[in-house]
Amino acid sequence: MTLPGGNPESNAPAHVTPTEREFPSPPEPSPVSPVFDELTRARTKEIISLYPQSRSALLPLLHLVQSVEGFVSQDGIRYCAEALELSTAEVSAVATFYTMYKRSPCGEHLVSVCTNTLCAALGGDDIYDRLRTHLGSAERPLAHEETAGEPGTPGSITLEHAECLAACDLGPVLQVNYEYFDNQTADSAVELVDALRRGERPQPTRGAPLTDLRTVELELAGFVEDDAVIGETTRVEGPSSAIESVRGARLAEDNGWAAPAMPDEPPAMPALPEKK
Amino acid sequence: MSTPEKEPVRAPDPVTPVLTRRWTSPRSWSIDTYEQLGGYSSLRTAFAAHPDQLIQLVKDSGLRGRGGAGFPTGMKWGFIPQDDGSGTGPGAKPKYLVINADEGEPGTCKDIPTMMADPHSLIEGCIVTSYAIRAHFCAIYVRGEALHCIRRLRAAVREAKARGYLGTDILGSGFDLEIVVHAGAGAYICGEETALLDSLEGRRGQPRLKPPFPATSGLYASPTVVNNVETIASVPAIVTGGSDWFRSMGREKSPGPKIYSISGHVERPGQYEAPLGITLRELLELAGGMKDGIPLKFWTPGGSSTPLLTAEHLDVPLDFEGAAEAGSMLGTTAVQVFNETVSVPWAVMKWTEFYKHESCGKCTPCREGTYWLAQVLQRMVRGEGTTEDIDTLVDVCDNILGRSFCALGDGATSPITSAVKYFRQEFLDLIASQPDVERLEQLTDVKLAQRTNGTALSGASA
Repeated sequence: MTLPGGNPESNAPAHVTPTEREFPSPPEPSPVSPVFDELTRARTKEIISLYPQSRSALLPLLHLVQSVEGFVSQDGIRYCAEALELSTAEVSAVATFYTMYKRSPCGEHLVSVCTNTLCAALGGDDIYDRLRTHLGSAERPLAHEETAGEPGTPGSITLEHAECLAACDLGPVLQVNYEYFDNQTADSAVELVDALRRGERPQPTRGAPLTDLRTVELELAGFVEDDAVIGETTRVEGPSSAIESVRGARLAEDNGWAAPAMPDEPPAMPALPEKK
Repeated sequence: MSTPEKEPVRAPDPVTPVLTRRWTSPRSWSIDTYEQLGGYSSLRTAFAAHPDQLIQLVKDSGLRGRGGAGFPTGMKWGFIPQDDGSGTGPGAKPKYLVINADEGEPGTCKDIPTMMADPHSLIEGCIVTSYAIRAHFCAIYVRGEALHCIRRLRAAVREAKARGYLGTDILGSGFDLEIVVHAGAGAYICGEETALLDSLEGRRGQPRLKPPFPATSGLYASPTVVNNVETIASVPAIVTGGSDWFRSMGREKSPGPKIYSISGHVERPGQYEAPLGITLRELLELAGGMKDGIPLKFWTPGGSSTPLLTAEHLDVPLDFEGAAEAGSMLGTTAVQVFNETVSVPWAVMKWTEFYKHESCGKCTPCREGTYWLAQVLQRMVRGEGTTEDIDTLVDVCDNILGRSFCALGDGATSPITSAVKYFRQEFLDLIASQPDVERLEQLTDVKLAQRTNGTALSGASA
């Protein structure tokens, strides 16, 4: 077999050469959306100042942009990237990894129903199914993370199924804007979302008075609006614990059970271990 | 060990509230209530001691991590390289304390009530621990959905700072500490310590290859202790009561009290703080027995990642050794109780869907394995299972177990392999009750698709 002379490039037929493809030119690096105002910028700096390294501020910052826009938009991603001197790809990679960052506009309220095994066995699946058809229709039930009503408008509700919400002794549970509503039934859940749609704010079983998703995202970022109806001090109020959580402690009180008594004075510390 | 010759004494009382003791007080989360009940008293004792003495004290107490793995806490602290005066090496780097408050293991619900009712116990524990390991920055990584805990922890940090328990020169000791309460964003995997560190560094929460371990190369590649909420909240009582007092509860190798979270089909689900080594029989008695008297079918001793157990295991002592001997793990002592009305294949399917959703995607066996496991279980529950499916499940599990970076993959196999072990007949009965499903072989499938679509399967149209 004789090999042709020359080299592969020069021997290749001309039509193999890729023709120049026209790519749309990337948009100008837009000045980040004006919704991120002076206040947001000041808060951004404050968050960054909390950490030894600035990139640690990314998760709180994403909560912050979500509180401004109601979801994490492309603008929000660019805002975080600029604030932390990261690429938008790096920020996108993070924003898409975590379920709490929503990539499309959400309702005024976010309703999360636990459908993990234990809650599901106690009725969580029924609650979720009822809410899907109730907020949607029997023909077209609402899908995961779908919104009933125009996103952002009063009374609009985004519905999602959630993994274990760590309140298994209170199951089935659901959360509205991450506030717990314990021991739910399909009927109580329907009543709850109807109240939300009417503009009411039912009191969670544990936690602070209900607000809306954006207010809560701001709290997650570490801030409370100065003009908030319910101030920072009031928002920590509420019951110490659910009744269920203290059943063991109450049982001990009722029966006079206790841990062995501690010595009156702290016992002497162990000797300093010898250096190796 | 300070008293190796002494026989461990089981506390006479079945419930021993230490951490849960304050939860019944009004406004238990405020610093006033906390101080009234003796809070923050361990700080002066701790600051009077050398940090290494505190590490030794916690080693002597036998405290083991409450986040699932049960690693000895004092030993973990002891791994932190300390400055040898040379000014170089890992000991010269800043040290960090990171609290894992990303509670999300199905069934586990002890840290959230702890932080909600008693946030100051965690803050006090953080101060003592940071002093012991010489950390001046501590981050509490709380799962984002636990909003009210985040509020109360942040309020607790503000209150503690106002009273001089945080900040610079705490109580005149010369020790400085700042605590940041960091809200996560909804990823179960961030409960894995190295994924948590990546997440805290502002990255996707994906586990790191170990070694290096966080003790030498943790947050910002510096020496880091990562401990669970309940572990650190237990520290002040050990400082005040001493290691002998702590060891007067529980068992030789698993001493101390532990919060058992009982959920599911029992009359009074809730949190019961008992000495380690209590049995399910005793716990059920405390919780009022099975709901409506319907018999127990299966249960998990410590979350869904611990192999499930059955009514045969009612008398297994629930400590790290006892649970392991029974073929399971103590995990987070999240006791989920299921009665006879619950289908095992269905429950396993639901758990597998969870692992599939929460797999971070880094390791192929876990990412692909959980995906296929969920599909096989779903079709079985849907009524299209075949007897080979059981072997397929076990085979896929075998290919996940031990082949991924972190314990999520291993955990995903636990419910399946243990369910097949104890309830194989139920899987077989489920399949036998289903009408024979004609499952097209892959080739026929392709031919069928060609016939119905009228197109060749040659990729995208030109």
